[in-house]
Amino acid sequence: MLNTKSAPTQARDNLISQKVTSLPPSGIRKFFDLLSSMEDIISLGIGEPDFVTPWHIREAGTYSLEKGYTMYTSNSGMPELRQELASYLELRYGVSYHPEHEILVTTGTSEGLDLALRAIINPGDEVIIPDPCYVAYPADIILAGGVPILVPTNEENNFVVKATDIEARITKQTKAILIGYPANPTGAVMSRKEADAIAGLAKKYDLLVISDELYARLVYGAEHICFPSLPEMKERTILIRGFSKSHAMTGWRIGYVAADRRFIQALAKIHQYTMLSAPTMAQLAAIEALRNGESEVEKMVQEYNRRRRFMVKRLNEIGLPCFEPKGAFYAFPSIKATGMNSEEFAERLLLEEKVAVVPGTAFGLCGEGFVRCCYATSLSSIEEALRRMDRFVKKVG
Amino acid sequence: MKEIFKILEQNGRATPEQISTMVDEPVREVEKIIKQAEKDGTILKYKTIINWPKLGEEDIWALIEVRVTPQRDVGFDAIAERIYQFPEVHSAYLVSGTYDLAILVKGKNMQEISSFVTEKLAPLEMVQSTVTHFLLKRYKENGETFHLPKEINKRLPITP
Repeated sequence: MLNTKSAPTQARDNLISQKVTSLPPSGIRKFFDLLSSMEDIISLGIGEPDFVTPWHIREAGTYSLEKGYTMYTSNSGMPELRQELASYLELRYGVSYHPEHEILVTTGTSEGLDLALRAIINPGDEVIIPDPCYVAYPADIILAGGVPILVPTNEENNFVVKATDIEARITKQTKAILIGYPANPTGAVMSRKEADAIAGLAKKYDLLVISDELYARLVYGAEHICFPSLPEMKERTILIRGFSKSHAMTGWRIGYVAADRRFIQALAKIHQYTMLSAPTMAQLAAIEALRNGESEVEKMVQEYNRRRRFMVKRLNEIGLPCFEPKGAFYAFPSIKATGMNSEEFAERLLLEEKVAVVPGTAFGLCGEGFVRCCYATSLSSIEEALRRMDRFVKKVG
Repeated sequence: MKEIFKILEQNGRATPEQISTMVDEPVREVEKIIKQAEKDGTILKYKTIINWPKLGEEDIWALIEVRVTPQRDVGFDAIAERIYQFPEVHSAYLVSGTYDLAILVKGKNMQEISSFVTEKLAPLEMVQSTVTHFLLKRYKENGETFHLPKEINKRLPITP
């Protein structure tokens, strides 16, 4: 006999977790769908290096496969890699971590961020983040059961979050401040003075700082402040870093977290139940990157810097004013003069001139009036894209 | 300063305006530096790398190892000069190891190269011996790769 009753699954409307249902879809998604149907597009919307991973690193990865390194590694990552990471952080920033207890190798910084948030958040805990910020910050906080508290930033402060603005939003529920400088999407870099002020708040209110320093190596004529290197901040900072941007290794999915051992223990617990270990091939490639990758990193940084200067100058010339971004590979020009909002601008620019940029609103409400332009693409493409944008701005202006 | 030359080395057609933006120096300063470099031999020449086989031009190339007798006072320089003046010689180097000069020779066909070796190079007084290696395939030259498969864009058009 055929069962005519509807299956129980159809009757339930709570199949998907409410937390997930309530998450807004990524603002980038819509564009992605539109873009995939078009041809001849110059995309300034790609948030990853246009360089291929340097050959010596790729070769190390290939060699690891040839040699049969295809098994799990220790949960926390290969000891040699953690040792290299500890030396690297010590040498470069003067902050020392115990390779065995204070470093965890993760599957990209994205995992590190998720682990850090899940490890510290109790239901209802508030985590302060700048607006605009990387798309995953608010979502990851919500998924971890926390409440994202957005602190507006603006052009006047070059999109660096101010300590006084943070302080105004600190409540009894505040658990941590999550910052990411150099910043995606703005290219902003935090100065020592600004970082010190935030460190002061963390101490005053007994807060943690999660510092996402994925873009640390991509700074131009500015100093990168490694947050845990500030006085007394190592104990209360969870440092998240990776190889994706510095060594053009986005697809390898390899990053790491460095923090006081009580945090690393907690993060490692989640990591061992969810991810087990980062890809072995990527870990071996990362060792090679740390041991012999410096000159390649510097070459890429120099090249980005040339493109950066070119893009920023041209944006200002064509009437899309842009503050000088000193880090990452993004420029964040204002499009307010065109009278359009960010989404409208991005959509029309794409349809009429076939140039893809990302509306600032994809990164938070304070991104309204701005678009993100990535200069990790060839100089000739940047030139052509800006020619088209110039034409577009003149037409609509 | 060096930055300017690195850019020009990659792209000989970069204009002073473009370079000035990329290195953050005034255009006039960049122009001055380039002019000076052209004068003092820092910039030797602007050339273009042509993929000749695409035009059906198939030159023959040979790498020739040359053992020579150095001369008093001038060492290898005098004999090297006598050799590199031949228009057939594309590049010439003094090298360490089992031979002395490495020269790269270009010819229209095998005949042309062999007559260069037998009639011009080998008979030179200071030349003791030569070993000729014909080039079979060029993979990379001056930092540029040949025979590249069509560039495939592996990046997604938009990513966070």
